Amino acid sequence: MSLHIENLHANIGDREILRGLNLEIPKGEVHAIMGKNGSGKSTLAKVMAGHPDYEVTKGTVTLDGLALLDLEEPDERARAGLFVAFQYPMEVPGVSIANFIRAARQAALPEDAELDAVEYYQDLYVKMDALKIPRNFTSRAVNEGFSGGEKKRCEILQLAMLAPKYAVLDETDSGLDIDALKIVSDGVNALRSPDRGFLVITHYQRLLDYIVPDVVHVMVNGQIVLSGDKELALKLEAEGYDWVEKETLATA
Amino acid sequence: MSTILMEKDLETGVWPEWFDQSGAIQEYESAPRPTRKDEAWRFANISALDLSQFQAAPAPSNEGRLITASSGLEKFSAKMVFANNTLIHEEAPQLPNEVLFLPLEVAAREHAALFRKYFMAQPVELGSHKFAALHKGKVTSGAFLHVPANTEVALPVEIFHWVEGAHSSVFPHTLIICGENSRVTVVDRFQSADGLKAFACGVNDLHLAPGARLTYVAVQDWSRDSLAFHLNSTIVDAQATSTALTANFGGGFLRGESLSRLVGEGSRSEMYSINPVEGTREIDQRTLQDHLAPNATSDLLYLNALDDASRTIFSGLIKVQPGAHGTDAYQKVRNLILSDEADPNSMPGLEILNDEVRCSHGATNGPISNEELFYLQARGIPRETGCRLIVNGFFNALLQKIADPALRDYLEGLLAKRLVLGGTPQK
Ligand SMILES: Nc1ncnc2c1ncn2[C@@H]1O[C@H](COP(=O)(O)OP(=O)(O)OP(=O)(O)O)[C@@H](O)[C@H]1O
Ligand SMILES: [Mg+2]
Repeated sequence: MSLHIENLHANIGDREILRGLNLEIPKGEVHAIMGKNGSGKSTLAKVMAGHPDYEVTKGTVTLDGLALLDLEEPDERARAGLFVAFQYPMEVPGVSIANFIRAARQAALPEDAELDAVEYYQDLYVKMDALKIPRNFTSRAVNEGFSGGEKKRCEILQLAMLAPKYAVLDETDSGLDIDALKIVSDGVNALRSPDRGFLVITHYQRLLDYIVPDVVHVMVNGQIVLSGDKELALKLEAEGYDWVEKETLATA
Repeated sequence: MSTILMEKDLETGVWPEWFDQSGAIQEYESAPRPTRKDEAWRFANISALDLSQFQAAPAPSNEGRLITASSGLEKFSAKMVFANNTLIHEEAPQLPNEVLFLPLEVAAREHAALFRKYFMAQPVELGSHKFAALHKGKVTSGAFLHVPANTEVALPVEIFHWVEGAHSSVFPHTLIICGENSRVTVVDRFQSADGLKAFACGVNDLHLAPGARLTYVAVQDWSRDSLAFHLNSTIVDAQATSTALTANFGGGFLRGESLSRLVGEGSRSEMYSINPVEGTREIDQRTLQDHLAPNATSDLLYLNALDDASRTIFSGLIKVQPGAHGTDAYQKVRNLILSDEADPNSMPGLEILNDEVRCSHGATNGPISNEELFYLQARGIPRETGCRLIVNGFFNALLQKIADPALRDYLEGLLAKRLVLGGTPQK
């Protein structure tokens, strides 16, 4: 059981961003991806989620044996068990957080099942409290006028409410203050389980002190070029990416 | 256009002598039919205005059912229910004693001076003069609300207007007079009892004395093939604020005219409209923000969501008269385009006869944002549900202008229900 990405190529327009990316996240593990700006990390997240702007030209993504990319619509992939916490969460005017998450919860149920509203709100409030999101956020429009950190917390709230099989967190730490980083990390750690895999995209080793990864990967130019344990993150933090690029050029 | 509908009403004695209905009918008949060449009817679907198929409405068949169906807000101060031009129910559980809430014809008899001062007192200038005359010639009842100075009506006043029967004609009327520094909220509902094609020609006039605060919400839910006129004027005096929100859920062809006249310094008029349209339905709205006094503000926001081969026309004018310095006027129409065949027509306009003003106006057309839809879908919400949520959100954002949380929740509920039902006729 894993989230398995094999030889993934993806374009935006006629520009190739992912160039044969391989990665496997076994269920129960936390993997981190680090890489320079523009290396294609968010593209990977959005391609897996099914963003319509990207075209997959080659490769597969397999979620617990299911060919994820055969599912055309993003909602099918989400219901198959993939969750992406976005680097830049979208604003949806006029749609309240409560109604949004409720619709997502409802969509996860079988066709004829009705969501239990009381239970839903109880659950929502428990999870909001844990993430220290004020209760009045339920009636605010999704991400509209949210601060950077509030948006990120709200992504994690959705993660907690939807309890997916695999979660990709794209720079969830950016924009968080030190306390929020701890709160959000605690939230993620609480969701770590043998039944769930995580892919954490970050620029900062600091996050990985809180969410300790099993494996750290380095992405260069749309490929994973190097993988290691969490010591790799420390080395990247200290020395930057130049040495990785030199090393991979040498072996190429 | 002369038809059974035009036959002289046999009913007599409803109105006082001075209320000249036959003069109004003559005026209706002699006024020229609108043509597309008239500026006020540019782009309009003139052929939709054929009244020949409509007739006088019969007496309502099942009053009990309609009274039961006229349950709106959980808490309200007073309620009137009309069916086919007849008052079938009234109650006033929480209305301050000094407030007059009367059938229109009773007000004409018992409060003639007040009535004559305010009843259809504004000339109808946005194109439907002829139909305003028809209204005056045919109206038999309506709601008359007078809130005296310094009186606050805490809970909303509700008015229901039902139409029943195939090709019935109704002439709903709501006249609201707000005394100085008074406060009131009115919810006017226009409903079809049976989803059958009908004709409605309604007038609602709002008068705000200095310092008054009025929230007026009209929810129009005629059958999806009805022909309807809704003619509104709002007169706002110094430091008074009118918030008027119209939701047009029904009507096959709807002509709405809305005039706001800012006659007192520092007055404010908010004009909001929510229009989900689908099928071949058409909504034709004409507005005027007429600034006569200094330092007044007007804020107009009309939202249309057009699906299928539906059509909208918005023609709005901000007019700033020479004395109206310090005017702050805003006018915007936003069309959310849900289908390639949809046909939005927007004609925002300005006429400024004074320099020291702030005015902005504009119209936008756009589809559902791919990014928003992707975000919802990425949470497992199917495309169709996601689109509906986004359309709901598009309108819902405007409902947030309603300050009263109970009323806002109620309207959010009506909107959500309308969008789930879509264009299918309600039963
Ligand atoms: N819609 C787009 N149009 C054109 N180029 C795009 C588009 N989206 C992404 N790109 C390009 O694809 C490349 C990869 O972008 P991506 O967002 O995946 O990088 P990233 O690794 O997430 O970077 P960061 O660390 O800054 O978040 C960048 O060069 C970016 O400019
Ligand atoms: Mg990125």
